Amino acid sequence: MKDTQGYLTADGRQIGGVLMEMRNITLRFGGVVAIEDISFDIREGEIRAIIGPNGAGKSSMLNIISGFYTPSNGEVWYKGAPRPLMKPYEVARMGVARTFQNIALFEGMTVLDNVMTGRLTHMHAGLLSQALWWGRARDEEIANREVVEKVIDFLEIQNIRKTPVGRLPYGLKKRVELARALAAEPSLLLLDEPMAGMNVEEKEDMSRFILDVNDEFGTTIALIEHDMGVVMDLSDRVVVMDYGKKIGDGTPDEVRGNQDVIDAYLGVAH
Amino acid sequence: MFYRTAGQFKTSYESDQALFPVRQDAILLAVILVFAWVIFPLTASEFTFQTLLIPILIYALAAMGLNILTGYAGQLSLGTAAFMGVGAYACYKMVTLMPWLNPVVAILLSGVFSAGVGVAFGIPSLRIKGFYLAIATLAAQFFLVWLFEKWAWLYNYNASGAIQVPNLTMFGVYVAGPQADSWVQYYLVLAIVSVMTVLCINLTRGNLGRTWKATRDVDIAAELIGINLMKSKLTAFMVSSYVVGVAGALFVFMWRGAAEPNLFDIPLSFRILFIAIIGGLGSILGNYLGAILIVGLPVVLGTLPAALGIPISSSMVEHINVMMVGGLIVFFLIIEPHGLAQLWRLIREKLIIWPFPH
Ligand SMILES: Nc1ncnc2c1ncn2[C@@H]1O[C@H](COP(=O)(O)OP(=O)(O)O)[C@@H](O)[C@H]1O
Ligand SMILES: [Mg+2]
Repeated sequence: MKDTQGYLTADGRQIGGVLMEMRNITLRFGGVVAIEDISFDIREGEIRAIIGPNGAGKSSMLNIISGFYTPSNGEVWYKGAPRPLMKPYEVARMGVARTFQNIALFEGMTVLDNVMTGRLTHMHAGLLSQALWWGRARDEEIANREVVEKVIDFLEIQNIRKTPVGRLPYGLKKRVELARALAAEPSLLLLDEPMAGMNVEEKEDMSRFILDVNDEFGTTIALIEHDMGVVMDLSDRVVVMDYGKKIGDGTPDEVRGNQDVIDAYLGVAH
Repeated sequence: MFYRTAGQFKTSYESDQALFPVRQDAILLAVILVFAWVIFPLTASEFTFQTLLIPILIYALAAMGLNILTGYAGQLSLGTAAFMGVGAYACYKMVTLMPWLNPVVAILLSGVFSAGVGVAFGIPSLRIKGFYLAIATLAAQFFLVWLFEKWAWLYNYNASGAIQVPNLTMFGVYVAGPQADSWVQYYLVLAIVSVMTVLCINLTRGNLGRTWKATRDVDIAAELIGINLMKSKLTAFMVSSYVVGVAGALFVFMWRGAAEPNLFDIPLSFRILFIAIIGGLGSILGNYLGAILIVGLPVVLGTLPAALGIPISSSMVEHINVMMVGGLIVFFLIIEPHGLAQLWRLIREKLIIWPFPH
């Protein structure tokens, strides 16, 4: 039952059918209910934000989408079918890439190698071919390097290509993490607080990159963000969570006018 | 001045991915190869072959195997010597059961057995990490050495309980056993170790290498970007144990000539771990540097004072050696966890910008 009816955004972009749908998701950690009976969908081509105060369960929701947590109840539908229980690496191979709230780059590797790991799901050469650096392994290494270089150009990190990631400042690390996720050419990109801890200038850069990714590659993006201004500018539709419950869902304007949301979040934080 | 990278621009990703993007590295390697293939074998004495050249190469290979597992894939192992033992015993059984088998083929096949055993003992790594995994590999160490002792079939029921390398020939030349010449064995070891080094370099710089390093650095993130951790860890155990097993076969067949089970006990495992640590975890070159230091140090200590006319007893040499190695381990663990290879990298960086520091 795939919903193919899309909608037109305020700035005139055509949004497609449902790509991913969370149906009545509940997540418990022992006695703690982190998420309680939440449903929402993510449509092809849209930028979908999940907002809410700290501890609302946003990261947990993203972890369910990427297969890291298994919901206690409810179903995850992907591309029109219920998704069976999957390991995170299998979810990644279905085209879901992500960044992390606390940067999780591979510190012992260069920027280039980190971004190359994003191509892992596209590389299939066998052990022997890799050991000999011959045939498929060599061809894949070159072809995927080209994709990676495009991403590196796109995110303007050419000059730190060969720098070990450990030496980079925080803002650049966030960008490299985005590069690694983008390199996978995902159909769904999950960003967990991509702008947390950044200064105004870095936030502007990051916002621009997110919009450009969505615009140029048509990538569907689900992002968690605290900064309300940023969320309102970036996203097409917003899910608002509070204490594990969904208290709002709609366009930024709709959400802004929702009294529950104002009480629970906007009124308090801003 | 010697290291000038200016003017050496890369025009394709292929050339950027070349083994030696900087020309001076290739020249340096060529010089080393000329020494290894021509000058050393022409000039080395029997003593040099047996105490330096051959063991350095074999230890470097064993450390390289361990380094793939520990330095690249982040899985600490304390059972290296036992896996060398598997390679050595497998080789011994093969050449005695099938005397017609080409010795080099037998040595290369030995690794297949150690790879299998390595994967079996690597399975706990799917559930446990770090210190606990190290203890699990220690269990493998004890179990295998016990097996080498108790399973008489392995040593063909010799009364001594030891394995004795028989005379083996290749194209009419003795390559192993009491009749073999050192220079012949040196060349064979050099050839095998060189080829294995190239294969290891390729594996570690490509997709599998990145998979291993990702597993090592942040395993959760690795899994979330699409890495099957089980496959990543088990291939690391497999490749590592293969290399270690071949090193074990070389150790006995090309160098020691005979082996008792306790040769493959913990002290050897630690010796190889020290080579990998001092040389540099996560480096291929480092294994050579570490092996040169660990194998060469006692030789230098044993000959230099005598040459300088300083009277020093052999037990004193042993004590000094142990103290220095201990000191080096502490130094590298605290000051430079990436070992000698990192020191070389820093020197090289300095040389590239020298004499203009900016
Ligand atoms: N692995 C876990 N084990 C136990 N509790 C958890 C775990 N992950 C998250 N939680 C709890 O779930 C709730 C939601 O957390 P989280 O999803 O990180 O919130 P947010 O990202 O919205 O700040 C919090 O109360 C948190 O303590
Ligand atoms: Mg969070």
